[in-house]
Amino acid sequence: MGMTMTQKILAAHSGLDSVQAGELILASLDLVLGNDITSPVAIREFARLGKDSVFDRDKVTMVMDHFVPNKDIKAAEQCKVCRGFCTDMDITHFYDVGDMGIEHALLPEKGLVTAGDLVIGADSHTCTYGAFGAFSTGVGSTDMACGMAIGKAWFRVPSAMRIELTGALRPYVSGKDVILHIIGKTGVDGALYRSMEFGGAGLSSLTMADRFTIANMAIEAGAKNGIFEVDDLTLEYIRSHNAAEPRIYAPDPDAQYDEVLHIDLSQTEPTVAFPHLPENARTFDNIGDIKIDQVVIGSCTNGRLEDLQAAAEILRGRHVAKGVRVIVIPATQRVYLEAMELGLLKIFIESGAVVSTPTCGPCLGGYMGILADGERAVTTTNRNFVGRMGHTGSEVYLASPATAAASALTGRITSPWEVMEK
Amino acid sequence: MKYTGSVIKYGDNVDTDVIIPARYLNTSVPSELAAHCMEDLDKSFVSRVKSGDIIVAGQNFGCGSSREHAPIAIKASGVSLVIAKSFARIFYRNAINIGLAIVECPEAAAEIGEGDEVEADLDSGIIRDLTTGKEYATAPFPEFVQKIIENGGLIASIASGAVK
Repeated sequence: MGMTMTQKILAAHSGLDSVQAGELILASLDLVLGNDITSPVAIREFARLGKDSVFDRDKVTMVMDHFVPNKDIKAAEQCKVCRGFCTDMDITHFYDVGDMGIEHALLPEKGLVTAGDLVIGADSHTCTYGAFGAFSTGVGSTDMACGMAIGKAWFRVPSAMRIELTGALRPYVSGKDVILHIIGKTGVDGALYRSMEFGGAGLSSLTMADRFTIANMAIEAGAKNGIFEVDDLTLEYIRSHNAAEPRIYAPDPDAQYDEVLHIDLSQTEPTVAFPHLPENARTFDNIGDIKIDQVVIGSCTNGRLEDLQAAAEILRGRHVAKGVRVIVIPATQRVYLEAMELGLLKIFIESGAVVSTPTCGPCLGGYMGILADGERAVTTTNRNFVGRMGHTGSEVYLASPATAAASALTGRITSPWEVMEK
Repeated sequence: MKYTGSVIKYGDNVDTDVIIPARYLNTSVPSELAAHCMEDLDKSFVSRVKSGDIIVAGQNFGCGSSREHAPIAIKASGVSLVIAKSFARIFYRNAINIGLAIVECPEAAAEIGEGDEVEADLDSGIIRDLTTGKEYATAPFPEFVQKIIENGGLIASIASGAVK
């Protein structure tokens, strides 16, 4: 029986010729990732195994990104634990203040993942690397600890949902609108335990930034992973970031999908997910007049250079609405530097936005933009659960960088098509 | 394994941000996490939960973040078992890996009420609502997962050589 991309990668990493949905396997890992929130728990569990080294010092990476620069004493203590462990274990890829970035933007940029890899990360948005044909999935700290120790993890081989893309996106519409639209169709558990496999004639029209954003939010549909077919653009990205030689796994022609979703990119519109679930997707014919207090442009979902460029194009030469606080967060130091060299930071600051050092901070209500009771934010992040960005009485509306920037200008949730020529 | 306790009931899509809000993730000490368990969904949880209580919930329990702090907080608060219509996959793994008992049973999750006394035997897969007298059957865990649970979680399984 034919295999999906995910099934082929899992088979190759468990020494099997083929695997079937439902089968339990123990697979070898190419990379194990943790951050400053999840790694301290993993380090504690790792200690219980009595091992004095990790399975491969080049294949374990820790990124300090959630609460850095440290927001309080406890957060500082957690980073200290990670720093000490990585020094003791001589970990090659440890990223701290100064060279860190938001992990899922950082790892591809550093060339640490390539097509065909199998990656686990103690962060739910680890599914991002499916953008270039890797199997990557979020796990908890105990899985991370065991991954660090033995370089393996257990998986139940998932069945798959195929997302068949056609057409090309219209101006000011991006990958974020596509994935919010898809989650609106599937619901937050529509892909539970399954892979979301993306391909089709429309794939070539999506930038790598679009693909990263889409794969990143596969978890918001409940998926185990999101994965894209590899094309020339993928290979160009992998080569230009000095990643390892790609291993390309195309789906078999007779691969089994238990559902196929057809998405015409040319029909995708600016889309906003209303509180308090990412599945509450609406287009602007059904949004109305919603005043906002804050805009956040950043995160592992939308903090890449292309995202900042999209926002800057809309904010250039204009000023944000009175009473709206706009926070722009480049996802990595390199994105920050490139944004500076391209003049984007100047555009943001002149428009009345603040620009922060890379951090996950506000996305999960950690710091750097917490909401008060009754406040509303339009944000390019990935979750809008109750209390996600602050007070349980606050509201989070998920949108693309272009929609967030347009909303910053007007002080209400606004389509980029309203403030720009279509 | 047998679990008996009274039920605290919740709805669909209980996410890890309400189970343990990120503002408390600057610690991983189980008792400190338990002190804020369910805080953004149910402020009364911490004061009313008793050792052995059973959480019964709807679809997609534990969706969102991969934070293992969520099952740790639930376990440390004294909850013995979570019964749900379905679990988000990372939460499902994490619960197994840290030894928090969980079971998927849509019928039981739909019908068992707040405050009911429930007895669950996960070896036989039988859940009994002692208050209503109704009985529900569940599917047993796959053998591989049972081995992890029998060995006391994933860490203990690796330490003992059961998983290599």
